[in-house]
Amino acid sequence: MVPAAMTDERENGDDVTTPLLELRGLSVSYRTRGGTIPAVRGVDLDVWPGQVTAVVGESGSGKSTTAHAITRLLPTNGRIDAGTVRFGRHDLVALSEAELRTVRGARIGLVPQDPTVSLNPVKRIGDQVAEVLRIHGLATRRSAPAKAVAVLDRAGLPDAALRARQYPHELSGGMRQRALIAIAIAAQPELIIADEPTSALDVTVQRVILDHLQRLTEESGTAVLLVTHDLGVAADRAQRLVVMSQGKVVEAGPTRDILADPQDDYTRHLLASAPSLTTTRPRTPVSIPEAQTAPLVEVRNLVKEFRLPRTEDGPRTLRAVDDVSLTLHRGQTLALVGESGSGKSTTARLVLRLADATAGQILFDGTDVTTARGAQTRQLRRRAQLVYQNPYASLDPRYSIGEVITEPLRAFKVGDRASRLARARELLDRVALPSATLERRPAELSGGQRQRVAIARALALSPDLVVCDEPVSALDVSVQAQVLDLLAELQADTGVTYLFISHDLAVVRQIAHQVAVMRTGRVVETGPPEELFTRPRHEYTRELLAAIPGGRVPSPAPETTTSRGAAS
Amino acid sequence: MRRYVIKRLAQAVGVLWAAYTVSFLVLNWLPGDPVTAMASAGMDSGDVDPARLAALRHEYGFDKPVLVQYADYLGQAVLGDFGGSVATGRPVTSTLADALPQTLQLTGAAILLAVLLGGGLAVLATYTARRWLRQLLLSLPPLGVSVPTFWVGLLLVEMFSFRLHWFPAFGNDGLKGLVLPALTLAVPTGAQIAQVLAKSLLTALDQAYVETARAKGAGRWRVHLRHALRNASLPALTVVGLLVGQLIAGSVVVETVFSRDGLGRVTAAAVTAQDIPVVQGVVAFGALIFVTTNLVIDLIYPLLDPRIVVASDRRAALA
Repeated sequence: MVPAAMTDERENGDDVTTPLLELRGLSVSYRTRGGTIPAVRGVDLDVWPGQVTAVVGESGSGKSTTAHAITRLLPTNGRIDAGTVRFGRHDLVALSEAELRTVRGARIGLVPQDPTVSLNPVKRIGDQVAEVLRIHGLATRRSAPAKAVAVLDRAGLPDAALRARQYPHELSGGMRQRALIAIAIAAQPELIIADEPTSALDVTVQRVILDHLQRLTEESGTAVLLVTHDLGVAADRAQRLVVMSQGKVVEAGPTRDILADPQDDYTRHLLASAPSLTTTRPRTPVSIPEAQTAPLVEVRNLVKEFRLPRTEDGPRTLRAVDDVSLTLHRGQTLALVGESGSGKSTTARLVLRLADATAGQILFDGTDVTTARGAQTRQLRRRAQLVYQNPYASLDPRYSIGEVITEPLRAFKVGDRASRLARARELLDRVALPSATLERRPAELSGGQRQRVAIARALALSPDLVVCDEPVSALDVSVQAQVLDLLAELQADTGVTYLFISHDLAVVRQIAHQVAVMRTGRVVETGPPEELFTRPRHEYTRELLAAIPGGRVPSPAPETTTSRGAAS
Repeated sequence: MRRYVIKRLAQAVGVLWAAYTVSFLVLNWLPGDPVTAMASAGMDSGDVDPARLAALRHEYGFDKPVLVQYADYLGQAVLGDFGGSVATGRPVTSTLADALPQTLQLTGAAILLAVLLGGGLAVLATYTARRWLRQLLLSLPPLGVSVPTFWVGLLLVEMFSFRLHWFPAFGNDGLKGLVLPALTLAVPTGAQIAQVLAKSLLTALDQAYVETARAKGAGRWRVHLRHALRNASLPALTVVGLLVGQLIAGSVVVETVFSRDGLGRVTAAAVTAQDIPVVQGVVAFGALIFVTTNLVIDLIYPLLDPRIVVASDRRAALA
């Protein structure tokens, strides 16, 4: 079904033998101070009417640039050097800016990457949806608000009329993404470009949103170009896959075929490192039997309350951590799993004494540290370190890597200059970075390298406990795998204990000895990963497991030799 | 919202009190004595009748201990009475009230011009796709900030009064007389607004929501004015609030250069004559204007950015 208003624009209305969108030899480069950097190099790509085509690749593969180049929504330093983008009758590369504006929003909708920053913070949701309709003359000033509410409702936003009057910050990430989907579908476009539409959202929200997007586009026959780094998401949703690496398409064809029988080395590599697609790959090193040693950390009935702004009903509090008890055994990994707001990060902050517990008890190596102050917390800092989620933000850009790694040593006045430097060199070696890295700055390193540096820094004081707060979620899948391997290896060598926080069950499965599933501040289920994953007892655990993308992938199918679409 | 307003009002009162107290202490510690200066006016030598000096000092309360003086003055100031001028004998309040309309006209016109010129410059510079034009426009604000006000004033007078005879060079007559002084005062102010606004416009244009707007099919003008400008206006607004203080200070120079009556000249005269009550009045009054403007601006923030009141609540939540 084609939206009525568009039929005259599309001479090939129902002809599914012609692609809706045809990229040929598309090349895009970015101009930087260091010269011109090619980002997309001669990409061919087809999107068929009514189908979902997924572009998969790691960061820097040019997948996002390709998607943005279609409607020429590139950053100011980006330029299309060559190629054509045929959409319907037009070559979008050749259109004037004014002509292109009649395509953007009206015939091609965009669902952007991060819903938390993609809505104008100072405008009401309803107005932002209505704007598309107003720009393309699809509603009058009077009819626009009501129509916007209708579109929001169609995008699956509950209480659409109320939400339309609210501002973005009053909505959750999932609700904001629905508002952005509403903006994309408002004008009933023929194509929706979804650029990592759910990677900033929790898995369960991710699934609901993708389900809804799928249903909407199926109903209206809208084609979707889905850009994603998550092979699992692509496998679940797309009829066709396009695998990109270093600005080029390395493989393209029906999803089923590519997953069952990848032709390209890179695709195989990507498939192998995707955690959600591998059933199990235990890295679990030999663990010290629990009974032999006393636990390193014991958390008993921990509670943390935050005060909320008072209302008419008097003061309110939010119980972020609610009666949590955990045991961390030496040399093992305890994973805290849960969605945003589940209290997992707060729990870790309490254990590290970065926040004060409202009630409960924390024992570190047998000592009660619940209310530790001054010198005692400082001793604790020496024995418990932290690796943050975002390696791009957690390293001081002005420090050299050597300074970053030796900072904990300097803070605790360990050794002299020479011995600290030697230690840094040794640590770099441990995390598999060349010692020449010492002189470099964080900006010169890739995300994976930076996270290795952060790990080296955490290990500098030979701590007993390292808290890893989503240590790999900002990294590409293949880099994720390497960093997880490294963490497991370091644990086997040094006997360090990890408190591993993650929203990603697939990652947790690979590294944890014990898993605690958290929801709204409570631990709903604990157990070794194998047991938890195969026989989940709590309903919420089952829900989380079901939400892992890639679950619907057909296992290597017998019909491997179906026709393969024209790749690059 | 009510708590926000109450908190801001309490802060405003605090600032006023601090400004009054600091200026009182500074003026008291300064060497020199307004009574001596006044009594010696018109006489050749410094020989003044000590008895007369003592009487004068007693009349103005200068013979009391500093703390008592402070309490007296503060108590009266709260009631709006700043005493009488040592130099002229007129009540400070009426001296200020006479000068005020002129200065309000001047600073009001200047701030209007500054916002229009500075804002316009920033919008234009960030909108234009021509690199050279952008560079040219963006190089103007630093120039405007760095040239001294009196020099700009003299230049404008030379150009528009003496050569072109368009506007009068001095005096208080009507709208025509207002143009050059207001423009002089607006140049550094507008330049600073332009600098801040251009910077935050460029930042805003880099945000993801701008891409969303472009993906909707919005034209550049629409993206610029409806999406980026409102988000970018907050830092510029903050600067406007701070610049009001600078404008009052600037009026001293400009009113002197253009021989205009007003608060600036009253200040200049009072400082020369060490007329402590008047200077105190000016300081308190300047602080009042400054505090009021910033209070108004604080109250405008939530209207421009719906997140602001919530943010102050959220801080309470995390505390």
